[in-house]
Amino acid sequence: MPTFELQEQRKAPISQVGIVRWLRDNLFSSWASIGLTLFSLYLLYLIFPPMLDWMIFSANFNFGTVDIFGLEIKFSEEMATNANCGREAACWPYIYEKFYMYIYGFYPRAESWRVDIVYALTAMLFVMVRVLRNFTHKNKAFLVMFIIFPFASFYLISGGVFGLEHIETHRWGGLMLTLVIASVGILFSFPIGILLALGRQSNLKVISLFSTIYIEFIRALPLITILFMASFVLPMFFSEGMNFDKLLRALIAITLFQAAYFAEVVRGGLQAIPTGQYEAADAIGLNYFQKNALIVLPQALKISIPNLVGSSISLFKDSVLVLIIGLMDILAMVNMTSNDPYWLGRETEGFIFVTIVMWVFLYSMSRYSKKLEIRFSTDHKN
Amino acid sequence: MKQENSLLSFLNNNETRGVAFQIITFLIIAFVIYSGISNLMFNIEAREIHTGFAFLSNRAGFAINESMIAYTPEHSNLRVFYVGLINTLVVAFVGIIFATIIGLTIGIARLSNNWLISKLAGGYIELFRNIPILIQILFWYNIALVTLPSPKGSFNFFDSIFINKRGIYLPEPISEPGFIWVLIAFILGIGLTVFMKRHFNKKQDETGVYTHTFGYSVGLVLGLPIIVFFLMGSPMYFDYPSLKGFNFKGGRVFSPEFLALAFALSVYTATYIAEAIRSGIEAVNKGQKEAAAALGLTQTQSLKLVVLPQALRVAIPPTINQYLNLTKNSSLATAIGYPELMSAFGGTVLNQVGQAVEILGMTMLVYLAISLFISLLLNMVNKKMSIKGR
Repeated sequence: MPTFELQEQRKAPISQVGIVRWLRDNLFSSWASIGLTLFSLYLLYLIFPPMLDWMIFSANFNFGTVDIFGLEIKFSEEMATNANCGREAACWPYIYEKFYMYIYGFYPRAESWRVDIVYALTAMLFVMVRVLRNFTHKNKAFLVMFIIFPFASFYLISGGVFGLEHIETHRWGGLMLTLVIASVGILFSFPIGILLALGRQSNLKVISLFSTIYIEFIRALPLITILFMASFVLPMFFSEGMNFDKLLRALIAITLFQAAYFAEVVRGGLQAIPTGQYEAADAIGLNYFQKNALIVLPQALKISIPNLVGSSISLFKDSVLVLIIGLMDILAMVNMTSNDPYWLGRETEGFIFVTIVMWVFLYSMSRYSKKLEIRFSTDHKN
Repeated sequence: MKQENSLLSFLNNNETRGVAFQIITFLIIAFVIYSGISNLMFNIEAREIHTGFAFLSNRAGFAINESMIAYTPEHSNLRVFYVGLINTLVVAFVGIIFATIIGLTIGIARLSNNWLISKLAGGYIELFRNIPILIQILFWYNIALVTLPSPKGSFNFFDSIFINKRGIYLPEPISEPGFIWVLIAFILGIGLTVFMKRHFNKKQDETGVYTHTFGYSVGLVLGLPIIVFFLMGSPMYFDYPSLKGFNFKGGRVFSPEFLALAFALSVYTATYIAEAIRSGIEAVNKGQKEAAAALGLTQTQSLKLVVLPQALRVAIPPTINQYLNLTKNSSLATAIGYPELMSAFGGTVLNQVGQAVEILGMTMLVYLAISLFISLLLNMVNKKMSIKGR
């Protein structure tokens, strides 16, 4: 009787495993695909080497001696000037010199620690939201935090109390102003948006008509027309003696603008609530306020959270528009410093800096909104 | 006692309360509007600002470097309004065309089987979508001003296209009287193609025989006008730009402002269009493609008759919304001074005349009209595309 020995398993052909297989499947599966791969490689070759060279390898990093948290770090003998910086590549000392203006605007240097605290508080807020996620009374804690934070930040930045020097709004600027505008806009337009959404969905004809007209009217207009309205016409709507400062006018415009967009997002959430919920609330005798506050809105808002974040992202994007009515946000600062006669011809560095800063903010926000979307969409799958 | 009860129930009645609430809201809003307007009137009088639309016929007195219609500083403010409006429409039109082309390409590339292409497309979307459009406009504008050469050393393409700091110079086609016949031939060609298509579709319905019409269509739409063009003795010539002294003369010039604005708008909006296209194609159920294959449709037929109609139903409404957004964003030209509606009329004229209410009102009306027009278009498209149930 013949015996059969189990032979050792042959290895799969090299073309069918590992990286070779992956390359064949994903980059070289057909002639067209090979062409596309080569084309994209060429594109990458065209873009990246010159860009990296300009930004890093040939760029000038002669910052002189930099003081970071008390540590004296020496980059070079002295800071580069525009003349000895080289024309072919980036001159980062320019950004270093203007850095304070980009971050704090015209805020007095001696008082900049107040803004630093606000930045730190903001960062802490995000950390706290994560840390307290499983805390029993988290809703109350969040509410308290979100009420205290804006006031604390406002008094820290503006001053005038507790012996802090008062800083007028025209000296606010840079990234700080961008964040102030975005957060105030989001904070105040949110409740108005909810009211408008409820108004639009209301059975009362007059209220729903007014809300609808307001929402559709605002949404049809570019933000800049509303900003212009606020800066030229709004002061005239009030009686003499009520003097608005420029920042407040811009904030009003942005809040009113954003409220219409939030309203549409919340309305989407409201429409997704089954009628049975409204009827059940009516049946147990809740009044209009109780019905919305206890039954409808908690569900509707939860559904609309991803879209609310999305809408906040567009508000953050739009906040740089205040440059056009003369507020000195980060983009306006970059635009202004690019006319500095001492640093002529260094516009590009500034714009790249502001692009990177804004991109980092917006990209992380959009990742966060994607994450929320996934988290909330799985909730409804059984 | 009974009277009191009925009064109480009257007060507690939901309908009564509803009416009361509506009346109160109406009164509050009316009061706010009334007091606002009366304050406005008072302030306008106090500051001695003119009212009314008489300023429209006044001499504008400032130059606009880019206009589709004839314009000099001697023209009226109303003319500035038209110049701005036309420029807005031009930049929106150009932006929409390029945004659609880029968006389609990127959206399809995003779904490619090729890993590198799809990642590149994804990178493009994540990069440009997360940079505020105003930064992009200013960025490209500044880059263009810094990197482009002076007119003397301008980039020269075939001695007919020149690119320099002053913009891009293209040869301008100038038509002679006979050119109208070419246009007529073109329209006729389109009409004939539609007619032919109908005929062959009917034939296919009746007999099941499919006829390839692509060649005929190209012949009719392109060939016919070309033949007429040469028959009429080429009734069109190009006006080429040429360097005269320090600047170029002739041709059509598009300023760096226009180029930066159109470029930034198309690049930015394309990211949203790409996402719309992608979600549209992804929304088509895999079974649909399989069913089409099972029916024996070819790859092209399956794409044309089964996949695309369903993908477009999802993709087109958000795309049209993006067209509206692009048009609204074109108002950001104010930041770089391209003379479109908001910048020329809402900016410069406003600074000169100071009648903010009238000028901003007119500007807002234009945007309202554009957005109304686009929503009407959207409704029409939705109606046409909606699934027709039986």
